[in-house]
Amino acid sequence: MNLDTLLPNLGEWLRGTGPESDVVVSTRIRLARNLADYPFTGRATPAQKTEIVSKVKDAIARVELPFKLDYHDVPSMSVLDRQFLVERQLISRELAAVLEGPRGVAFDVKESASIMVNEEDHLRLQVLRSGFALDDAWADIDKLDDALESRLAYAFHAQFGYLTACPTNVGTGLRGSVMLHLPALGLTKQIDKVFRALQKINLAVRGLHGEGSRAFGDLYQISNQVTLGKSEQKILGEIKEVILTILQYERQARAVLMKERKQAEQDRVARALGTLGSATMITAEETMELLSVVRLGIHLRLIEDVPATAVNQLFIQTQAAHLQKLVGHALDGEERNAARAKYLKARLRDLGSHR
Amino acid sequence: MKCMFCDSVATVHLTDIVNKKKREAHLCEKCARDRDLLPEQAGQAIDLKALVNLMMAPEPPVQIAPATTVPVTLNCPRCGLTYAAFKGEGRFGCAHDYEAFRSILEPLLERVHRGTKHTGKLPAGARVAARSARIAELRTEMAAAIGTEDYEQAARLRDLIREMEAAQ
Repeated sequence: MNLDTLLPNLGEWLRGTGPESDVVVSTRIRLARNLADYPFTGRATPAQKTEIVSKVKDAIARVELPFKLDYHDVPSMSVLDRQFLVERQLISRELAAVLEGPRGVAFDVKESASIMVNEEDHLRLQVLRSGFALDDAWADIDKLDDALESRLAYAFHAQFGYLTACPTNVGTGLRGSVMLHLPALGLTKQIDKVFRALQKINLAVRGLHGEGSRAFGDLYQISNQVTLGKSEQKILGEIKEVILTILQYERQARAVLMKERKQAEQDRVARALGTLGSATMITAEETMELLSVVRLGIHLRLIEDVPATAVNQLFIQTQAAHLQKLVGHALDGEERNAARAKYLKARLRDLGSHR
Repeated sequence: MKCMFCDSVATVHLTDIVNKKKREAHLCEKCARDRDLLPEQAGQAIDLKALVNLMMAPEPPVQIAPATTVPVTLNCPRCGLTYAAFKGEGRFGCAHDYEAFRSILEPLLERVHRGTKHTGKLPAGARVAARSARIAELRTEMAAAIGTEDYEQAARLRDLIREMEAAQ
């Protein structure tokens, strides 16, 4: 599969549909697994890592799955392609740029399932779903895990469960994370209160690109930190309960906005569209902030002629690696800002929303 | 005193101290309300206490494990990882480290996860092993019941064992 064929697609997590998609962008579950009889990736020799890759590739080729997984070797991949896969949430920044030696990723054409090989753990399974779909995502990843386990011997301990390189992942090896768009809680300055409450119950809040990344465009990922001592169902159930509460608060805050300052919101959305459609230089951050305003405007029905999926399209296509692929050559920072503005202007003109 | 945002009389005075630097703000009631410094009418602001209570409820209290003294020589005979290296990187080198470092691991897991025992999914192999172990346990119990002439209990255990064996 040539990665460029993915370019026009939105990928599963940006499909913009699914349950509660006015607030929940996407749901992701990952499982950390290691093969028995090999040191963890950090202490494995290049030869051992090669063996691990070939065992996993072999297992993937032999198991029955509802989708076909294609394996992509990371070391032989260009820096641009690696960044492209990071932007599409198929690999981590670590697998792309920090880790060394034989490693790669297998994913399906819909981009709903991926398996990173020789990340911090030998295997990082991931399932992505559009909207709020923890149960569906769990059903899928549970099956994928069973299928791989029928071909691969996992490192498992009767007391500690699935063994992982980092003890913070041991046990279930499960991280469930839900990406939320919370512009109204941000506007009404209630977001920090929510997050302080979350931290008290051991749920983590992260920005778009996971650990250590800033929250741009009012997008937040909420995930569990505890992986040991609770069953998968219990962990996911706790996330679910909290997300439902936050959903309610965000919707309440949106209702208040509409009641008390509809005119001002209408103006903000129109100005955001105006800037996106007429700027000649624009950074990725500013684009995300403005698209967040537009997205909110769509869900509040303040604008009718821009579909939600168009916002997601603009959101992904204006990220650095996507933009360079669209243009067809490498761009430095300034050139990217100009190319981004040009792309936005053209796309919004096509949508007929920029008057 | 006048409000720092408009010309009305300031009735809300805030002082906050961050990093030993004192900041003061003086506002009229309207400006304070506009900036969410005063609680709005009930129902709109987040009831933080209720939120925390709701989400805290099922959690047991955090237990901080007592500090244990770590033998300096602690290391893994398989991969050679030393305690110092683990402390530095926070990562284990191989699956055997979980046994080799058990003495320091359990307090750490208690702190991070508030638990030290996996209760989730098992690999198929482990599932079979767990069931066989449970059947063996029941057989011992059944023998004991026969020994004490508690035939009613023994019969119940026998049925349970049959049921579990049939499910395999």
